[in-house]
Amino acid sequence: MSVLVVVECDKGEVKKSSLEVATYGAQLAAQLGTSATAIAVGEATEDNLAKLGEQGISKVLYDKEPRLKDFVNNAYTKLIATAAQQEDAKVIVLANSNIGAAVGSRLSIRLQASLATNVVELPRTDGGQFTVKRGAFSGKAFSDVVLTGDRKIIAVKKNSIEAHHEAGKTAEVAAFSAQLGDQDFADAPKQVVMQDPAGGILLPEAERVVSGGRGMKGPENWGLIEDLAKALGAATACSKPVSDVDWRPHHEHVGQTGITVSPNLYIACGISGAIQHLAGVNSSKVIVVINKDPEAPFFKAADYGIVGDVFEVLPKLTAAVKELN
Amino acid sequence: MKFLVCISNVPDTTTKITFTPDNKEFNKAGVQFVINPWDEYALTRAIELKEANPGSTVTVLNVGEADTEPNIRKALAIGADDAIRVNAAPTDAFFVAEQIAAVAKDGGYDVILMGKESIDYNGFQVHGMVGELLGIPTVAPAMKLDMSGNAATLEREIEGGKEIVQVNTPFVASCQQPMCEPRIPNMRGIMTARTKPLKVVAATGSAARTQVTEYALPPKKQGVKLIDAANAGELIKLLRNEAKVI
Ligand SMILES: Cc1cc2nc3c(=O)[nH]c(=O)nc-3n(C[C@H](O)[C@H](O)[C@H](O)COP(=O)(O)OP(=O)(O)OC[C@H]3O[C@@H](n4cnc5c(N)ncnc54)[C@H](O)[C@@H]3O)c2cc1C
Ligand SMILES: Cc1cc2nc3c(=O)[nH]c(=O)nc-3n(C[C@H](O)[C@H](O)[C@H](O)COP(=O)(O)OP(=O)(O)OC[C@H]3O[C@@H](n4cnc5c(N)ncnc54)[C@H](O)[C@@H]3O)c2cc1C
Repeated sequence: MSVLVVVECDKGEVKKSSLEVATYGAQLAAQLGTSATAIAVGEATEDNLAKLGEQGISKVLYDKEPRLKDFVNNAYTKLIATAAQQEDAKVIVLANSNIGAAVGSRLSIRLQASLATNVVELPRTDGGQFTVKRGAFSGKAFSDVVLTGDRKIIAVKKNSIEAHHEAGKTAEVAAFSAQLGDQDFADAPKQVVMQDPAGGILLPEAERVVSGGRGMKGPENWGLIEDLAKALGAATACSKPVSDVDWRPHHEHVGQTGITVSPNLYIACGISGAIQHLAGVNSSKVIVVINKDPEAPFFKAADYGIVGDVFEVLPKLTAAVKELN
Repeated sequence: MKFLVCISNVPDTTTKITFTPDNKEFNKAGVQFVINPWDEYALTRAIELKEANPGSTVTVLNVGEADTEPNIRKALAIGADDAIRVNAAPTDAFFVAEQIAAVAKDGGYDVILMGKESIDYNGFQVHGMVGELLGIPTVAPAMKLDMSGNAATLEREIEGGKEIVQVNTPFVASCQQPMCEPRIPNMRGIMTARTKPLKVVAATGSAARTQVTEYALPPKKQGVKLIDAANAGELIKLLRNEAKVI
């Protein structure tokens, strides 16, 4: 019996969310008195995979099949199912990402496992029950869920676990083959189009986010948001009406019907704080609100606030960050 | 082309979420239920594709108890042709997926459309489960869906970009913006919806694999610390020295 951790890699690097998942898997393995093995997907290097030892992983399975570089649902599902069988994994841990959720849901059927997505904490395993805490109601609540199946699959919400680093520890990287054939790659994407995110930081993985609403008045003013984001090493985001009128791309829209983020720092500029917006951001650790209206509902959900005009406040903040660095 | 659109019945997005005093159940009192916002993209896109491909039909499917019928009728008013309700409390994603797969198989649907995720339980899982149960591809989440005969071209969102995916029917796709502009019912639609067929069927399949035991609300914020706009740079110092987030 072991814990199997699915590690997503991109351009040779292990994704930040997968370092969190590796940490989760290793801590869970310790809790269950077993070891954590990882299976790598995406474009990886053996050096970076060995470094997963820093998160507490003992062994990494790596299938060098070149077509595994891009996400292929069937191939990834078969790869992970084969690894789970080989390792006799009772628990599989993956990221609650577009890849993790797609693969996790198929695996749950193939392996007859209980699946919990959007999980925010290590499970409670006392008294013979396996209970996870997961986000529900789009950030407005949490639920405890008992996984009754013999096998369990857990998709961990991004930024809910801090990646552990124990310098110098390495994992054994073991060659692995799931014997994938052409039919497993039949649903391969015809084309993959990556957009370079503003400032190079992906919103779903970001630790800091600077977000703009209708109070920014127009797309021509987004330089103010981008300057502060750049100085802070933050990703940029926006409210729904802003992406609806194409001031910003749809993938920056956060909220109940956009993406849910939980960065360490969320700075809202000219956003009123409607309940649907708050749902997507209220698990951020620290929320800063800049709004000229002292009655804006967002202030009730904030840790720090400035009542003022974004066009005056933002340049001052950017200058202050630059001074500090 | 036979389209099957799965809709979930969820609390309106403005709902203030509360639970029963023992925290064991969601408190439905006074809550307005709506069609899951993501599912509206699936429904509207199916209707658009039906209009572009004469002879096609759109069936809506909900797994739920009788209280979901107003929203099923609303989907019919928006333009679906008929509806199926699997009469059961949807208490687990696997259970729901089995119901959907059984209906899909039985009815020989070509395209099964869903929303990206439900806004109440946020599972983001039913579409993958249904695809696997039926042994067909699932494309989730899809931002674009075009059809030409049996071939579909979709744009799938991935972190930091998108993939162009081509699949043949039958397949499952879960929909999100900017796929289409969700439609609202018009008067004629509301009138005709009353007489469109809504079939209620019994649930099949096996037991749930998960069980919710308790709900909790997020911890309350301490209250906002205000910084004078004239002295905005002070905020940055607080974020570094007090909050320690930069
Ligand atoms: C079904 C449904 C789903 C929804 N989902 C989402 C969602 O996922 N995400 C989302 O964001 N919204 C969502 N909404 C929309 C939501 O209800 C609000 O309409 C939206 O969040 C408001 O966006 P905003 O704050 O940018 O704009 P507004 O509400 O117009 O607020 C602009 C704010 O800017 C301030 N302001 C103006 N000028 C300045 C200035 N110079 N300096 C400082 N402040 C200034 C104003 O005081 C105001 O508070 C949804 C709505 C519905 C019905
Ligand atoms: C009274 C009650 C008790 C519950 N108890 C539990 C519990 O103990 N454990 C638990 O895990 N969950 C519980 N649930 C939630 C229930 O499991 C969800 O309805 C189910 O998991 C699907 O939601 P999801 O978020 O997983 O769907 P997602 O995977 O996020 O939904 C994706 C898409 O699937 C389709 N879909 C989802 N649900 C339905 C549906 N019912 N009918 C038709 N199409 C649908 C929609 O198109 C939706 O956009 C309970 C729900 C109720 C009402």
